[in-house]
Amino acid sequence: MLDKYLTVAVFLFGTVGFVLVTLFVAKLLRPARPSEIKLQNYECGESPVGSSWVQFNVRFYIFALLFVIFDVETVFIFPWAVVYDTLGWFGFIEMTIFLAILIYGLVYAWKKGVLKWV
Amino acid sequence: MFLGIELPQIVLSAIYFALTLGVVLLMALFLVWWERKVSAHIQVRFGPMMTGKWHGWSQTLADALKLLQKEDIVPRAADKGVYFWAPVIVFGATMMTFVVIPWSPRFIAADLNVGILYIIAITTFTIISLLMAGWGSNNKYSLLGGMRSAAQIVSYEVPLTLSIMGVVLLAQSLSMQDIVADQNKFWNWNIIRQPLGFLVYLVAATAEVNRTPFDLPEAEQELVAGFNVEYSGMKFAMFFLAEFVNMFVVAAIATALFLGGWWGPFGNESLGWLWFVLKSMGVVFVLMWFRWTYPRLRVDHLMEFAWKWLLPLAFLNLLATGLIYNLVK
Repeated sequence: MLDKYLTVAVFLFGTVGFVLVTLFVAKLLRPARPSEIKLQNYECGESPVGSSWVQFNVRFYIFALLFVIFDVETVFIFPWAVVYDTLGWFGFIEMTIFLAILIYGLVYAWKKGVLKWV
Repeated sequence: MFLGIELPQIVLSAIYFALTLGVVLLMALFLVWWERKVSAHIQVRFGPMMTGKWHGWSQTLADALKLLQKEDIVPRAADKGVYFWAPVIVFGATMMTFVVIPWSPRFIAADLNVGILYIIAITTFTIISLLMAGWGSNNKYSLLGGMRSAAQIVSYEVPLTLSIMGVVLLAQSLSMQDIVADQNKFWNWNIIRQPLGFLVYLVAATAEVNRTPFDLPEAEQELVAGFNVEYSGMKFAMFFLAEFVNMFVVAAIATALFLGGWWGPFGNESLGWLWFVLKSMGVVFVLMWFRWTYPRLRVDHLMEFAWKWLLPLAFLNLLATGLIYNLVK
């Protein structure tokens, strides 16, 4: 079983190696004439104003939180789906209750106006 | 086993990797050319016609050679490490999914028993690389593009995963080969058994690969090019390559999960890879068709569509599948 993950490892190192080699070959072929103006950040032809590493709007974090909740829940559904045949009606009722709680959470977030992108 | 010869696992894996890489690179060259042709014909123009005489078939080859010789400009203000590794990760995450793509009954690099879960885990790395590109460039357009794409991909990830769950339930397995083998007759294809699931998957997958009508992250009219504004030369080429290969990946997953994978109307299993590629290319064509037909969504509509429409639909699909499965058993 574990030897299948050897293939995954080969793909991982192979791909990273391929990209690094390609970038290296390009480095040998291409010109490199940096200048002060060229190394500035692009901002529609103006010199950039300040850094762009600033604080974000909080709405991104709210959606990240929602994602964590619903994605962790799918981790619970995966094993349930795989053995569903043996669980039968017990599995169905159990999952209905579990999903009902989650859907209630979604409705709560909806009512609170969290799902609104403002 | 490869062509009837017994080889050590590591050599076998290397062969699979080399074959996959070759196929993927050729395919990316073809897809870029094809996209330009499709878009041109939808807009009643010709597209590339000059390079290589016949319908400009070698246009993307010429583009690749040009990109190879282009100067690589790294902005002085950039976070060098993050900036450098972003294109490596984006291409790596795309290539890694090919480990479990079932090309034919016997040709699959490794039929992991967690196949589909593995794909979902690996494709998530794309989000990280886009955020790295956006943040590392220290450019306002890049940052906005990176944040937008993270928010979008993360939102559509949930309905995507849930729509796949219905298929897993029917096949009682996470392995890609088991899921394909389960769809042995045309009326057993999951597009017939899971029409709603297929619809949710297709919409969510289009959003996952940032294509129109969901291409907010790179919305060229407002963000120039989004997260890859500051990338040039070969690093830009890696993002471009990954984007097109990703499009094929979601099409191939749609084929394996919903369109019967390598099962074809006639011929034995040695023709499996042909059916698989034909069906995947069909789905890719549909994605291109979307892109050149629909306008871009507004950002608030985009986010609310994921949470208020697709997610409840995906829940409904999963519960209905469970109910019907028990009723007909």
